[in-house]
Amino acid sequence: MSLEKNSSSHDHGHSHHHDHSHLTDIDARVRALETVLSAKGYIDSDAVDEIVQTYTTKIGPQNGAHVVAKSWCDPEFREWIESDSTAAIHSLGYTSRQGEHIEAVFNSDTQHHLIVCTLCSCYPWSVLGLPPAWYKSPPYRSRAVFDPRGVLEEFGLVLPPTTRIEVHDSTSEVRYLVIPQRPAGTEGWTESELSRLVTRDSMIGTALASAPGDRP
Amino acid sequence: MNPTDASKLPGIKLQGDEPVFNEPWEAQAFAMTVNLHQNGVFEWQEWADTLSQEIHSGTVRSYYEHWLSALEKIVADKALTTIPDLAEVKSRWQQAAIETPHGQAIVLK
Repeated sequence: MSLEKNSSSHDHGHSHHHDHSHLTDIDARVRALETVLSAKGYIDSDAVDEIVQTYTTKIGPQNGAHVVAKSWCDPEFREWIESDSTAAIHSLGYTSRQGEHIEAVFNSDTQHHLIVCTLCSCYPWSVLGLPPAWYKSPPYRSRAVFDPRGVLEEFGLVLPPTTRIEVHDSTSEVRYLVIPQRPAGTEGWTESELSRLVTRDSMIGTALASAPGDRP
Repeated sequence: MNPTDASKLPGIKLQGDEPVFNEPWEAQAFAMTVNLHQNGVFEWQEWADTLSQEIHSGTVRSYYEHWLSALEKIVADKALTTIPDLAEVKSRWQQAAIETPHGQAIVLK
């Protein structure tokens, strides 16, 4: 993103009696940081632009979706990710800048995993893409810990009473990736076909992977 | 999950289900932080700690406003710049905006 973006305030676009530009207080603070830090060489504006692009477009949940789909159709990879998640995920070129350890947890008929995050700097952006907005809601997070079943039901995910729910709190030490169950009716699907069924929400445990009929 | 479902949750503030970057400046602040880390200015854990202090400071503001305050703090703590310097450049940007006709790029003089 170049400095020139945001040069107009949001309320322009109508006729105005004044026609100069506006910066919000926050925009001006952000620009001041960029000006000072890039002038001194602590940041590189092109690199910053590229990071913005990466996190807002290139990085979606597709990185994690690739991991999940591969674990569904490649038994060797599945074994690897079960025994050493971090190495298996890194082998696909997905490293987490926030730290090196990411642990895959596996949903089954009897076990469901839900991931919460108490500080978004711990969230594995590079694998999961952008976190959901509700991660920033402390009341939600605390409820997810003591009443995960109720919270999941509010999200439309009703699990059988026999399914145990485990809640993991992503920390600066270890981040989690949920490997959802492979949807029924996907026998013979390729890895890339399967990866389209893997949503971000299924990788944090607030949803199941999409069913074959849910998506084109 | 869709926004309708999530909006049932108590205490939740949503701007759509989607995320975190509600405004471009948030992505910019995020990206500058990542780049400073890439360039070895601080460890990610140091950043997490600084951000955490802001979040738990008791000041009521949005997540990325905490983020921005934490970023200003850490660059000052690391002596990359000073808070008065940032304030001075900020006011130059605001002055530049006033001197720039709407629709044109704002350039710092």
